Amino acid sequence: MIESRRDFLKSCGALIITFSSAPVSLLSAQSPGPFGTHPSHIDPEKLDSWLAVGDDGLVTAYTGKCDFGQGILTAQSQLVAEELCVRIARVKLIQCDTSICPDQGTTSGSQSTPTNFNSENLALAAATAREALLSLAAKKLGEPVENLTVADGVITGTTGRHVRYEDLIGNKHFNLPLNGTAKRRSAADWTVLGKPIPSLDRTALMTGQFEFVHNVRVPGMLHGRVVRPPEMGATVVRVDEQSVRNIPGLVKVVVRKDFVGVVAETQYQATLAARQLAVKWHPGPELPPQKDFFDHLQKQPAHDALSVDSQDVDARLADATSIIRARYTYPYQMHGSVGASCAVADVKPASATVWSATQSAYPTRSIVGKLLNMPLDKVRVIYVRGSGCYGLNGADAVSFDAAILSQAAGKPVRLQFSRPDEMMWENLGSACTVQLRAGLARDGRIIAWDREDWVASMGNRPGYDQPGNVITGMLLGYEPELPEPRSAKPPAGKFRNQSNTVPSYFAGCIAGSCGGDGTIRSERALTHTVRSPFFTGPLRSPLRIQNTFANECFMDELCARANADPVAFRLMHLQNSRVIGVLKAVAQAANWQARSSPKAGVSRAGTVSGRGIACVAYEGNNGYAALVAEVDVDLETGTVQPKRFVVALDCGPISNPDGLRNQIEGGILQGMSRGLVEEVTWDSRRVTSVDWETYNSLYLDYETPTVETVFVTPADVPATGAGETAITVTPAAIGNAIFDATGARLRELPFTPQRVKATLVKSAQGGESV
Amino acid sequence: MREKITLNVNGQQHVVEVDPETPLLFVLNDDLGLRGPRFGCGMAQCGACTVIMRGQVVRSCVMPVRAVGQDEVTTLEGLGTPEQPHPIQQAFIEEGAAQCGFCLSGVILTAKAVLDVKPNASDQEIRDALGGVLCRCFTHIRMLRAIRKYAEARRT
Repeated sequence: MIESRRDFLKSCGALIITFSSAPVSLLSAQSPGPFGTHPSHIDPEKLDSWLAVGDDGLVTAYTGKCDFGQGILTAQSQLVAEELCVRIARVKLIQCDTSICPDQGTTSGSQSTPTNFNSENLALAAATAREALLSLAAKKLGEPVENLTVADGVITGTTGRHVRYEDLIGNKHFNLPLNGTAKRRSAADWTVLGKPIPSLDRTALMTGQFEFVHNVRVPGMLHGRVVRPPEMGATVVRVDEQSVRNIPGLVKVVVRKDFVGVVAETQYQATLAARQLAVKWHPGPELPPQKDFFDHLQKQPAHDALSVDSQDVDARLADATSIIRARYTYPYQMHGSVGASCAVADVKPASATVWSATQSAYPTRSIVGKLLNMPLDKVRVIYVRGSGCYGLNGADAVSFDAAILSQAAGKPVRLQFSRPDEMMWENLGSACTVQLRAGLARDGRIIAWDREDWVASMGNRPGYDQPGNVITGMLLGYEPELPEPRSAKPPAGKFRNQSNTVPSYFAGCIAGSCGGDGTIRSERALTHTVRSPFFTGPLRSPLRIQNTFANECFMDELCARANADPVAFRLMHLQNSRVIGVLKAVAQAANWQARSSPKAGVSRAGTVSGRGIACVAYEGNNGYAALVAEVDVDLETGTVQPKRFVVALDCGPISNPDGLRNQIEGGILQGMSRGLVEEVTWDSRRVTSVDWETYNSLYLDYETPTVETVFVTPADVPATGAGETAITVTPAAIGNAIFDATGARLRELPFTPQRVKATLVKSAQGGESV
Repeated sequence: MREKITLNVNGQQHVVEVDPETPLLFVLNDDLGLRGPRFGCGMAQCGACTVIMRGQVVRSCVMPVRAVGQDEVTTLEGLGTPEQPHPIQQAFIEEGAAQCGFCLSGVILTAKAVLDVKPNASDQEIRDALGGVLCRCFTHIRMLRAIRKYAEARRT
């Protein structure tokens, strides 16, 4: 039986517009889950789960990857249009609605393009659909497929007879599995992909019409606020509901273990009630002092893991003519979304709908089901874009909180976090310290390299079953994911470099099989994961930016000791052609002059300038970037002003060069802000950087450096991620440029004027730096 | 506590019945259904809630609605429409000067306000005016390019 897709869409899709709540049981039966994740009712093996052609010729595609400002709505609409040979205007891409979109887990880790572009999922669905339509047309036109051509959804035979997609399949199911051998269109034939198509959301954004999750309004909706503990680990002793009795419009004070919130008729009433509600809290434990935090980190029991260990590092270092040691530190940093997180939940006795800006629609559905004690198939999560998240911001927690408030109030609730709700309790980018040791041989090459890092970790994405990984779950009594102390096992299996723990210059050999990007065979990389006093979670380039800062700055220290040019010295220790490719490309584009650092004749006064370079194979194989930074350093104040960035990027075939440039420019400037000013602060009880006066970020008045972008695109390679690659190398390139300008080595991030000044003074006194 | 308050927003008169202490932002979002001004921090630190009143940018998240009076309030959607964007919106569209776009009210309205007062504002003056506006996607390069483009077009 051919079921009308349109009817199916009507039954579910219309919800998005009307916010009515159709019974979730209308949805098709459960089938095995996709992508090695969890069961889903949308079978990703079936073409109809991904794509439908309406009788008006419009193509609706469904994806489990969502656009939160990185541009994939446009890029993946291009993908569908390209593979289906239709104009992009005929494609409507629906993202991350658990009642109609496939479960693609979380939109993260620079995986959206590799996942949907390369050979599976959305790309394969569109290619399968095109081939299926061609077969149907061949039958209808009585000509072999080879004779047919397609243009904008019209298939034409040699005789000139033609048929439209909608005549072949309009409003009907394909009833086909995805065809693993369906042919992708060749890049040489692209008319939509690879073009700088203007982002589809821009007009609505610029004219204030765009609907963010903050704008979702549901009939009968109330407003909520949460009342968070005043400090880490505090627990509720007593909530005095009488304290808010005088607030008009107050509907409910909600207390579930340590979770406290209020629901009122208006936002203003909810904010008043949250401010006024008297809660007695039992204090939490004292926090380790920020001043000595990295020393503290290094002394804690840790979960140890070796990425690589040739077991000869000490022996080889004994032969070195020169040994260099250094410790780098990277602070906790924040996602700090410009909009405090928001969600709307409509929890009814037997079903729930949550409008959420989560990156993880399906996992969020699972957690909401768990927290509400409601079966999975009764919960629907609809993705609506929030403020840019850069990873796990407050979007998941606010969605859980909204669901709890709505369930308690028995009405739809919109929950808006306050700025401190967002910043005091988000899952921070991990603090990390890296200790490195390497030796140079007589020939000037690196003979052995050893590195250990200590990473602070508590919680993570909640996934499908760990609500305790974010604040809401902890307040409800769920445990966060914590590192379990254990000693390291010898490295085994295939070499992986997911967190860029291993410098690009390591050979990466495990049991004789070498997967690293470099030539250094005497190598060890050991990671100690330590319990963090604060929640941590993925923040754009998680651990990759921390590790790369240490690895690439330390490489620069080795270059300086070898008196070598930083590009030539890197090339001497690299073997991955794609890292080499971006390094050479950026050196050429930046007009890099071969010489060692620091610059000769470094001035002792005024403003000096320098250049620095850094490169990375993101996650080992998910994008390649090399960046040259040119900076000015004011020697009196220690102020660093980047003037110019030149970046070379290799992410394989590019879906939309304009969108990609936007991502790279933003990534580099965000990396600059993180490198120069961003740092979470705390006292003995709580995070103290809880707004924009206490957490530093570069504002729009900052003197913006230029960013020049060069693409390197080898033939016949799959697409990789791109949004996290350039940011990864930014702090390191700036640090190396400061060294080039001044001869002072900055090993602590961020490079605040005070820190730079102090290092300059130490360096001038003949301290440890050069 | 509720009072009837008349507001002039984007060329239209609205009567709302709210607590007069309610921040203007909440009234714009919840009572008038406007999407342009957005809650970023609620503390006048980021600019996401920016509106224009008497030619000045105002942080609507900290302005009580009672203080608005008869002044005309202009929000991002009051500048132009998708069909007929204001020239500064058009410049932002042409430059693709957004990523998530959450901060745009602050960026566009602040730039417009400074150029309305000072059409020949230098890059430095424009940047100074944007001192309290935060874009955490760091779309600075395109935003400043769009503003410059608008400023130049405005002069000729």
